[in-house]
Amino acid sequence: MSQLAQRIEDTFPGACTKVVEWRGDLAVTVKPETLHDVAKFLRDDPALRFDYIVHVSSVDWPDDEDRFEVVYEVYSIRTRQRIRLKTRVPESDCIVDSLTDVWKGADFMEREVYDMMGIRFRNHPDLRRILMPDEYDEGYPLRKDFPLRGKGWRDTFEFLDEPTR
Amino acid sequence: MGLIQLGGHDKDGSPDVITLTVEKAVNWARKGSLWPMTFGLACCAIEMIAAVSSRYDMDRYGAGVFRASPRQSDLMIVAGTVCRRMAPVIRKIYDQMPEPKYVIAMGSCATSGNIYDSYSVVQGVDRFVPVDIYVPGCPPTPEALFDGILKLQERIMQKRVFLSQPKEVKDALKV
Repeated sequence: MSQLAQRIEDTFPGACTKVVEWRGDLAVTVKPETLHDVAKFLRDDPALRFDYIVHVSSVDWPDDEDRFEVVYEVYSIRTRQRIRLKTRVPESDCIVDSLTDVWKGADFMEREVYDMMGIRFRNHPDLRRILMPDEYDEGYPLRKDFPLRGKGWRDTFEFLDEPTR
Repeated sequence: MGLIQLGGHDKDGSPDVITLTVEKAVNWARKGSLWPMTFGLACCAIEMIAAVSSRYDMDRYGAGVFRASPRQSDLMIVAGTVCRRMAPVIRKIYDQMPEPKYVIAMGSCATSGNIYDSYSVVQGVDRFVPVDIYVPGCPPTPEALFDGILKLQERIMQKRVFLSQPKEVKDALKV
């Protein structure tokens, strides 16, 4: 186990459920309830200083018990390290603590995850859809059970019925 | 189109009067002064820009004056992938253009959606605006776009300008 993963494990005993290091990329899966604390620790610890959030994404594992996975990728500009923080949530309770108060840049990316995958974020300042229209209510397009060609939205042009301006 | 010689030109005796129908003259004026609207949506826009710039010079065909406003343009070149959220915008811009107006669907995406058969991509811009010319290619070269413009000019030359309006339209115009 890498030094960094060991530090997280020492500071938060039992928080890490899985640690994978592959070709120099460290990915740590933590329990959802500890995610926020781990993120804060990564940012504030003087030896780590993870100050830049690169990316927030999500994965749908339709056959797993904890179906959804949220992936945070963070980078430390000062110590030049990367870490991938992952957390798993079940479909029945797909809500994760927002990291917007830790890294401000997570705001829009978490909104995108919410928009595309339907994972909600606790304490997010403005959790609205970001790419799909606000009133879109046919589900979340990047879920595996969403049909590839959509549910008819791309074929309905209600503006064609309006009188010409 | 015919030529009438009225005495001839002073210097070389060439004819100085050309006769043609007014309709033809109007169409000729229209086809020689297409003002396209900048409507680049994706990579096709790069080829469209290349077509306008110095190496290819679309102005040779009278279609080089790109306008940023639909109210000043009469040709909309839809260049790129059309997402569903973009569709009402395209329709609105099309409606704002003054008559006569023409639409070129440039590239496979604007024509048919291309490979993007997904939940968000409209399968062809002709689903909500009438398209005059389809330019295939991914992206089409500037030459292909020129071919589309030349075809459009041929099409414009065949349009009828002076048509008797239907009775409903006539009544509506008499306010």
